[in-house]
Amino acid sequence: MNKLLAIVGLCLLLVCTPAFAAQPPKDSVYALPLPLVDQDGRSFDWRERRGTVQLVSMFYTSCQYICPLIVDSGKAIERQLSATERARLGLLLISMDPARDTPTALRKVATQRKLDTTRWTLARPRPQDVRSIAGLLGIRYRLLEDGEFNHTSALVLLDADGRIIARTERMGSRPDADFMAAVKLALATD
Amino acid sequence: MRRLAALLLLLPLAGLAAGGGDYVKLPGGAFRTALKYEDRTGPTRIAPFAMMRTPVSNARFLAFVRTHPEWRRDRVASVMAEPRYLSHWAGPVSLGETARPDQPVVQVSWFAAQAYCEAEGARLPTWDEWEYAAAADETRTDARRDPRWRERILSWYSRPSNAPLQRVGLQAPNAYGVQELHGLVWEWTEDASALMIAEDNRNQGDADNARFCGAGALSMDDRDNYAVLMRVAMLSSLGARDTTANMGFRCAKDLP
Repeated sequence: MNKLLAIVGLCLLLVCTPAFAAQPPKDSVYALPLPLVDQDGRSFDWRERRGTVQLVSMFYTSCQYICPLIVDSGKAIERQLSATERARLGLLLISMDPARDTPTALRKVATQRKLDTTRWTLARPRPQDVRSIAGLLGIRYRLLEDGEFNHTSALVLLDADGRIIARTERMGSRPDADFMAAVKLALATD
Repeated sequence: MRRLAALLLLLPLAGLAAGGGDYVKLPGGAFRTALKYEDRTGPTRIAPFAMMRTPVSNARFLAFVRTHPEWRRDRVASVMAEPRYLSHWAGPVSLGETARPDQPVVQVSWFAAQAYCEAEGARLPTWDEWEYAAAADETRTDARRDPRWRERILSWYSRPSNAPLQRVGLQAPNAYGVQELHGLVWEWTEDASALMIAEDNRNQGDADNARFCGAGALSMDDRDNYAVLMRVAMLSSLGARDTTANMGFRCAKDLP
């Protein structure tokens, strides 16, 4: 009986160890628990993305000007990757407007922009988390009276452990060369 | 006349004694901000709220760190607090000579301030709330048009920031019963990252010096409210994990 318990205990230990090791490093953005809901209405925590290199940014769906450029930037980076590299990169766009960015609104953008949702995730946080996630990513924003946002834009590259390894504020269809190199390097090493 | 002034000075104290506790209620209302928002045409509406009477002290923050060890300086996530976080304390859970219990806590990041308030069932004040509360002097809820009041604030700010900080609760309360909104430490607001006035100074050296020079980048036609604009310049140049030797905070609450 004791031996059986010992075996069970050992199995638990072996099985559970990876889960306990899930404590992210101190310089990981995954120190912040961040519940999100994606374009398909699926709830998840961004810490589940640990293990894969991520390209993260903030946007909102009713934005007419700069936010489409953020999507363009992500697409431009993808275009310069091989199929293997592409498959290893997650793209996560977090809304700064959770009140209006319902899964339906997020879905609409994903469809209109022909985003492959096996790699791209458009998600809304809880209202109380928006400032924190923006703080982590170094993005500033203010809701204007007309419902638009005044905001800075950034693409942030996270390694598999959630460490910020590069960022760029240059948006558009021509990727920032240094940033692009960092993406390639991260995908090659992780 | 002198007696009247003395009476007026006593009034907020009386209100404070009656109110008790660490939070003071502010009535809110229509408020004229010193800032120029292109999108905001009318006066700012401030809902009634409660605000801490004084900035959070080292003693209080130490108690928080003891009950929330993830905010100890040796355990904190580095994405939420830069290396100088609580660096003036003697140890992770001890204050020492350079951080007396009744001095305001400084070298705290926005994340840490936010977490403290959340643990109290409170939040950081918004900029609007802070500016509204800070417009008052000891007798008037809006003293901003008084040149002597403005002079007083500016002379506080011109004191060198490497002198030891006074203890909290030393100043006379303002007309709302709130103390030390001026003349002690800078304070975080919940929406500090909404203040996007200066150029982005993120890459310019030390937060206590270079970032502060971001104030020069402000275009200000309202020199009367220079002190408020200095605050904004400070907040708009800091990131959420940054800490400085004169940046503290206090919490606020919605009123039911």
